[in-house]
Amino acid sequence: MIPELGHFALILALLLALVQSTLPLIGAQTGNARFLAVARPAARAQFLFVCLAYACLVTAFLQNDFSVRNVAMNSFSQLPAVYRFTASWGSHEGSMLLWTLILAFWTMAVSVLSRRLPEDMAARVIGIMGLVSVGFLAFLIFTSNPFDRLLPAPMDGRDLNPLLQDPGMVLHPPMLYMGYVGFSGAFAFAIAALLSGKLDAAWARWSRPWTVVAWTFLTMGIALGSWWAYIELGWGGWWFWDPTENASFMPWLAGTALIHSLAVTEKRGAFKSWTVLLAITAFSLSLRGPFLVRSGVLSSVHAFATDPARGAFILGFLVVVIGGSLLLYALRAPTMLGSARFSAFSRESLLLVNNVVLVSALGSVLLGTLYPLFLDALGMGKISVGAPYFNAVFVPLMVPVLFLMAVGPLTRWKGASLPDMAVRLRLAFAVAVVAAVAVPLAAGEFKPWVSLGVGLAVWIVFGVALGFADRLKHGGTLFALPRGFWGMQLAHLSMAIGIVGIALVSGYESERNVKMAVGDTAQLAGYTFTFKGAEAYEGPNFHAARGHLVVTSKGGSEFVLRPEKRLYNAGGMPMTEAGINYGVLRDIYVAMGEEIEPQVWTIRLFYKPFIDWLWFAAGLMALGGALAASDRRYRIALKDKGAA
Amino acid sequence: MKPRHKKLLAITVVVAVLGIVVMLVLNAFRSNLVFFFSPTEVTEGKAPKDRAFRVGGLVEMGSIQRSTDGLTLTFKVTDTAHSIPVTYQGVVPDLFKEGKGAVAEGRLGTDGRFTATTVLAKHDENYMPPEAASAIEQAQKAKATLKE
Repeated sequence: MIPELGHFALILALLLALVQSTLPLIGAQTGNARFLAVARPAARAQFLFVCLAYACLVTAFLQNDFSVRNVAMNSFSQLPAVYRFTASWGSHEGSMLLWTLILAFWTMAVSVLSRRLPEDMAARVIGIMGLVSVGFLAFLIFTSNPFDRLLPAPMDGRDLNPLLQDPGMVLHPPMLYMGYVGFSGAFAFAIAALLSGKLDAAWARWSRPWTVVAWTFLTMGIALGSWWAYIELGWGGWWFWDPTENASFMPWLAGTALIHSLAVTEKRGAFKSWTVLLAITAFSLSLRGPFLVRSGVLSSVHAFATDPARGAFILGFLVVVIGGSLLLYALRAPTMLGSARFSAFSRESLLLVNNVVLVSALGSVLLGTLYPLFLDALGMGKISVGAPYFNAVFVPLMVPVLFLMAVGPLTRWKGASLPDMAVRLRLAFAVAVVAAVAVPLAAGEFKPWVSLGVGLAVWIVFGVALGFADRLKHGGTLFALPRGFWGMQLAHLSMAIGIVGIALVSGYESERNVKMAVGDTAQLAGYTFTFKGAEAYEGPNFHAARGHLVVTSKGGSEFVLRPEKRLYNAGGMPMTEAGINYGVLRDIYVAMGEEIEPQVWTIRLFYKPFIDWLWFAAGLMALGGALAASDRRYRIALKDKGAA
Repeated sequence: MKPRHKKLLAITVVVAVLGIVVMLVLNAFRSNLVFFFSPTEVTEGKAPKDRAFRVGGLVEMGSIQRSTDGLTLTFKVTDTAHSIPVTYQGVVPDLFKEGKGAVAEGRLGTDGRFTATTVLAKHDENYMPPEAASAIEQAQKAKATLKE
């Protein structure tokens, strides 16, 4: 009964989305106030029904209703309740319903927070988000119904993929989706502005907080995914340039470029049409994410068994959304000309370079991700583009962006003096060069990329410090500075921290594969690992061998690691749980391989210097985003608009 | 300089920079593509001898052997028509099993033995690496045509 109720709620939500996407848009074009007024109630009602549908799905999972195909395929009676809950988005159908729910949530948020927007603008934005909702709801109902029954019902389910039974996985998909779907806000504002023809500073100011919030969630989602891969795959890696990772990274790059170009559009009225194009790009790439992931064309951790009807539907939907918005852009873009002038060395020109390079980097990732698909589609053979390509192209492209990251925020709008800037930054440059030489030498081995990374990080830290000094020159306190400023500086600072982590872990990590019997020892990076044996234990839905390793450092301190090899009861799928000792300066990471003879195991040992700086940087970056999005300016600006 | 010349100079610089970027990208791209070959194609000598590639299919039943150091594995990858012997040193993924799909990346030795640097296996019970699936499909098609 409950699954049918959920299905029914979905159908009602689709009907409401149809209303939400048609009447307000017609009303905005014709000036019909009654049609305009439909937008908000329709959006809220749609949210309510999608919520109801989601609640029904969760209920089916919690009650172990294995007559629902989705539950039978992705849950198991012994599965702990928290994972039964997260299993609701562990499958293709469930994750698409989650996507739809988040889209409805964002639309509802726009409907609540847009009271100070002009009525026709708000109606257009809600209407366009409704159009996207229609696509996703139709996709769910016609190709991926999460409430399909399976008769006769099986006695028990086939269990959630054990890879997904991890705390990191509880939050990774919702965060990522909040980000992906959040760009629908920036997209809807851009399309609404194109429709109305009013691309002005006010439009940029409305878009900015929505864009930054989406970007913040995407940052968190990507970082959680990376962390999850690190602890769960047992390979000790944190970024694989896997096509699905790229699918989440590309909208992030586009979003980062968009945040910077929106700043120029708001402050100086320049780059208007470029900003609109970036907003369309960011959302198109976000939509493309699930297509790449769900259509099964990619060989990756995330690929699901799929059926071609879904691929065809998503492809069609993509063509409509991307093609339609680009067509509208082509029709309207020539009418919007930026009027602002700026000189060759100004904040605008530096942000322009930032955008050009970020988009080039995006292009290179896109090429590496899509080229294998094209070749395959044309029947020209199967290829894969590996991490070496991405490292060879992406890393050098980031160097100018990072270099200018320290200069940009110190540079005035319109025009600045290059010699003055050189004088201001000469100390920073000198210290950066010294650090770039000293740190790798102190670490024991000089590596050019580590040197460059450390130098850039120090350079950026100086840039941030000078930025604060500038603001405080005429008095005032640190905490009186606007949150937008804090947000920007924290995000930039987090890049410096992240680069240190990436450079040092890539440069100085080490690993060993060893065979260990009870009492055997192995050495790695000055640590001595002693294998004390493995014991069997029973988990709620798996049985496991839990290794016991004692690690002694050079200084004599000792700690115990307990990596696990689990075998899940349903499906008999094995899983590795790494044993990790976290530290500010290094992680010691151990993963069990196989038991070759009784109590003799192959074991992977890893020494990962500074890797935790990455997760810390991601957290700090997200904090920066949250601060920037909550800047008072946006709220006041909206109020003024309402009063006017 | 006249403004017109200034603009021309700026455009030239931008185009030159973009040109260099594109060149770098394409260069890195060409040298880092990894092609996929099925065991049948490798047997027919279609795979390159001087660069890394991927080979995939099923791990042949009864073919996994472990050396005494416990870390070097040998096994055969088959597309049901032909099979290729593979050597790999290291820890294999959790789902690497006989009779299941796997993809190995590495180089082909002159003795016809493939030395893998990476071994990929499927990630859940219902899923097989697409390359491996297509290799088997092709081999079975080829068999079917032979029979006709």
